[in-house]
Amino acid sequence: MTENLMEKTFEEALVRLEEIIRKLENGELSLEESLKLFEEGIALARHCNLKLDEAQGKVEVLLGIEDGVIRTEEFQPEEE
Amino acid sequence: MILAKIFTVSQVTYYLKNLLEKDQRLQNIWITGEISNFTRHSSGHMYFTLKDQSSRLRAVMFKGENQWLKFQPHDGLEVLVCGRIAVYQKNGEYQLYVDLMEAAGLGSLYLAYEQLKNRLAQEGLFDQAKKKPLPQLAQKIGVITSPTGAAVRDIIKILHRRHPRVDILLIPAQVQGEVAPQSLVEAIQLAGRLRELDLLIIGRGGGSAEELWAFNDEGVARAIASCPIPVISGVGHETDFTIADLVADLRAPTPSGAAELAVPEIKELRKKIMMSAKNLKFSFFRACERKRAQLLRLTTHPALKRPERWLLSRRQQVDEVKEELLRYIQTTLEKKRKLLLVELGKLDALSPLSTLARGYSICYKEEDGALVRDASEVNPGEKVKIILSRGQLLCMVEEAKKEVMG
Repeated sequence: MTENLMEKTFEEALVRLEEIIRKLENGELSLEESLKLFEEGIALARHCNLKLDEAQGKVEVLLGIEDGVIRTEEFQPEEE
Repeated sequence: MILAKIFTVSQVTYYLKNLLEKDQRLQNIWITGEISNFTRHSSGHMYFTLKDQSSRLRAVMFKGENQWLKFQPHDGLEVLVCGRIAVYQKNGEYQLYVDLMEAAGLGSLYLAYEQLKNRLAQEGLFDQAKKKPLPQLAQKIGVITSPTGAAVRDIIKILHRRHPRVDILLIPAQVQGEVAPQSLVEAIQLAGRLRELDLLIIGRGGGSAEELWAFNDEGVARAIASCPIPVISGVGHETDFTIADLVADLRAPTPSGAAELAVPEIKELRKKIMMSAKNLKFSFFRACERKRAQLLRLTTHPALKRPERWLLSRRQQVDEVKEELLRYIQTTLEKKRKLLLVELGKLDALSPLSTLARGYSICYKEEDGALVRDASEVNPGEKVKIILSRGQLLCMVEEAKKEVMG
């Protein structure tokens, strides 16, 4: 479960989290199932938060693609 | 006989041709009229008639000229054309050779825009069903715009204000002028090949309709439509609606607006996750509560909760049986008692006590309590006890007589 959790995109994780909440609300699960879903939900919420921190906030400008390799450099917008 | 000079058809036609083509007024003339009998020959040349209420003028616009037309001429269209009047020698007809054509009224650019819009709409390029969903959280956003100018600065500023950690890749493009459409198409296709991008912003700041025109280019529209990455357009101002806007997956009113729509505010998102986690805990708690309530229902079931009650009822049963038994015993006893009384009655008749009551008495030796039946059993001087019907006498024997009477 952990493995395919890491592969989940932010949206998928959030959608799954909401689905879990709905299922728990429905109340037709066994206690064991509820606990399992709860654990998964907690992991999903953590995963979502991690996803928010994943990008680095880089700003680059594309210079070109040569032999399938992308060349970029840091972008410095000219001052007003 | 006067011999008049005789001309050939060609000579007359040639003469007229020269006459007309020498007239400078006819060599660069603006004419307005309505197009009719429009045909486009496979060679690419356009043939049509310009007409008004009372007259007609044959016209041709060669491929060399008409390739620059932004709109598609058609019958019934009011146009303003510029060209020259000349004679087509083969047919001996004069006609208008059109160099420039503008749509009258609406304007050519507008007409071209409308026509392209209708065509692409019919092809289904604007269909809502074709719109790709935007990622809720883009990690890396491609921005296609001019690397100079306010638009790119605004986009970067707003993206990072909302989501400080989103990665931005600027793909520079010319956004106005002759080369702009091609430049935009190349940038879009390039972006489409970069698998790492999960969202694309295409835009430029405000300008005149002509300056924004590249965003009404058919090639640009098709590049956006076939781009595998979701595209947000933000071209010009609120009031500008370009073809690129229509074909994009989401239209923003301005470049800044595109940046606003591209990423969620990170604070909002964290709040949303927090709420979800809260809801999760809450709903899990409730699920547990439901189980607990279920358990409680079962454990408080009378059978489990008050075992002594069960015992009591059993005890009551025992009591009832006991009582019944007692009643049975009592009635039996009563019957026996009555029987006994009857027997006792009979017995009473045989009792010595009643014999005593009749005046008889019983005599015992005082010494050993032996019943005295024969006078010879006692000697004078011995003490005897005589039981009477009421009381007894302790007597000293004076004499023992053998006779019964006397």
